[in-house]
Amino acid sequence: MASDKHFDEVTGTETTGHVWDGDLRELNKPLPKWWLYVLYACIVWSIGYWAVYPAWPTMSDYTKGYWNYSQRAAVTQEVADAKAAQDKYRVALSQTPLADVGKNPELLQFALAGGQATFGENCAACHGRGAQGGVGYPNLNDDDWIWGGQLDNIQQTISYGIRSGHAKTRDSAMPRFGLDGALDAAKIGDVANYVRSLSGLEADKTAAGRGAAVFAENCAVCHGADGKGNQELGAPNLTDGIWLYGNGQENVVTSISTGRGGIMPAWDARLDPVSVKMLAVYVHSLGGGK
Amino acid sequence: MNHAIFEKNSLILLLAALIVVSIGGIVEIAPLFMLESTIEKVQGMRPYSPLEQAGRDIYIREGCYNCHSQMIRSLRDEVERYGHYSLAAESMYDHPFQWSSKRTGPDLARVGGKFSDGWHVDHMNNPRAVVPASIMPSYPWLAQRPLDYADIADRLSALRMTGVPYSDEMIANAKADLEAQVAPDSKGAKAVLARYPKAQVRKFDGNTAAGAGPTELDAVVAYLQMLGTLVDFTKYDASGPNLR
Repeated sequence: MASDKHFDEVTGTETTGHVWDGDLRELNKPLPKWWLYVLYACIVWSIGYWAVYPAWPTMSDYTKGYWNYSQRAAVTQEVADAKAAQDKYRVALSQTPLADVGKNPELLQFALAGGQATFGENCAACHGRGAQGGVGYPNLNDDDWIWGGQLDNIQQTISYGIRSGHAKTRDSAMPRFGLDGALDAAKIGDVANYVRSLSGLEADKTAAGRGAAVFAENCAVCHGADGKGNQELGAPNLTDGIWLYGNGQENVVTSISTGRGGIMPAWDARLDPVSVKMLAVYVHSLGGGK
Repeated sequence: MNHAIFEKNSLILLLAALIVVSIGGIVEIAPLFMLESTIEKVQGMRPYSPLEQAGRDIYIREGCYNCHSQMIRSLRDEVERYGHYSLAAESMYDHPFQWSSKRTGPDLARVGGKFSDGWHVDHMNNPRAVVPASIMPSYPWLAQRPLDYADIADRLSALRMTGVPYSDEMIANAKADLEAQVAPDSKGAKAVLARYPKAQVRKFDGNTAAGAGPTELDAVVAYLQMLGTLVDFTKYDASGPNLR
């Protein structure tokens, strides 16, 4: 090929030797040396990479590499290490009865911090970032509890949920008095007036008077003759100023008519028992724990 | 110079380029179809029920994948937040898959069962009603629009052509199964569960008035509530070919 060497007259650059149309030539401008060496270095590096990491597919498997690296094993290990770093507290928490967690300030601090983090990801969507709740989602800062506000009540609610479908779920169903036709519209209006009067809201007195009898017959069995509710049945206290679905006449009428029946998922399959315990301690600490 | 042949014959160049490119394809893609560990051996995966599939179609129609991924990567922060990392097997009946690549909203791979139906209904109607800081658009029409499922059997047949194992029985009963999944007391509800284990049968949008047919919201919530619920991870063995 040496005999083919040809230099461009204008630039003095060597050409590639191709000739088109008799005199059209191509300048030979090779890649910069540094670039080429980086490329060669990368090729050498990749051979090392193939040797130590999983790289090549084979017919039914793949090369595992000298380090036998697995991203899945790595993340499993990493999560386990992180848990192990907290073992001092996690083990103590799992062994401490729920009621005694508060007696150990260090443990309590750990539980509150862990509970808050878990709450933010899992509970805040319904109960709000500040656990302030919303229409249909109970406020967890107050001292009004539908299913009980003691530590173990809260732990049970979180673990198994409410009407969640879990085998151990908290479950009760208020009848759909309106939808199922057990009470007519007039009676529902009357009893709604009565229920509102129980918590001191302004209500039609004559309607409320008629509603008292309806209440005694239909509602008192769960909500109590005095309307103070029953936490065993998840029947809310109707005499306080806290209304899960609103305290307007039309809100109360809808509640009686449809029975509501809010649902909270069970968390025992999604969260480990220690996390549920920390959550219970955290929720209990928010202000209304009994 | 030999490459004059390629430079002067465009067809030969085309053919040669095809051969070179296909080497990359054969080495990188073809083995995936034969590797035993490409799709893990898991128990519990089944094709989507007709209602779930209809919900999936709406999920795609509304572009949910633009902001939500369905892929929990094997990284510690993701596993601790969302749960077990996603398996390839979990999207083996997805055509197209919804792994997505962008997370403006949270990952949804395991959102099933995390919130109540009522929450999803409130949230679709107006996300700000339950999550004040949310920037997700509202989808109020889902609750109002009756679900269009006249062609649901054809949709399942089309999926069967891509390899989803819908049986003749499933396709023949697609319409009935879709209606039965929102009617828990109906005769067909049991058949839905027999054909699609772990399917959840209830009126998802909360409208239990007599004669209320399936809405688009029913389908979307049914789909969301089953995401990530099929594989039982307490029985999943991560070792062997499943480890990679």
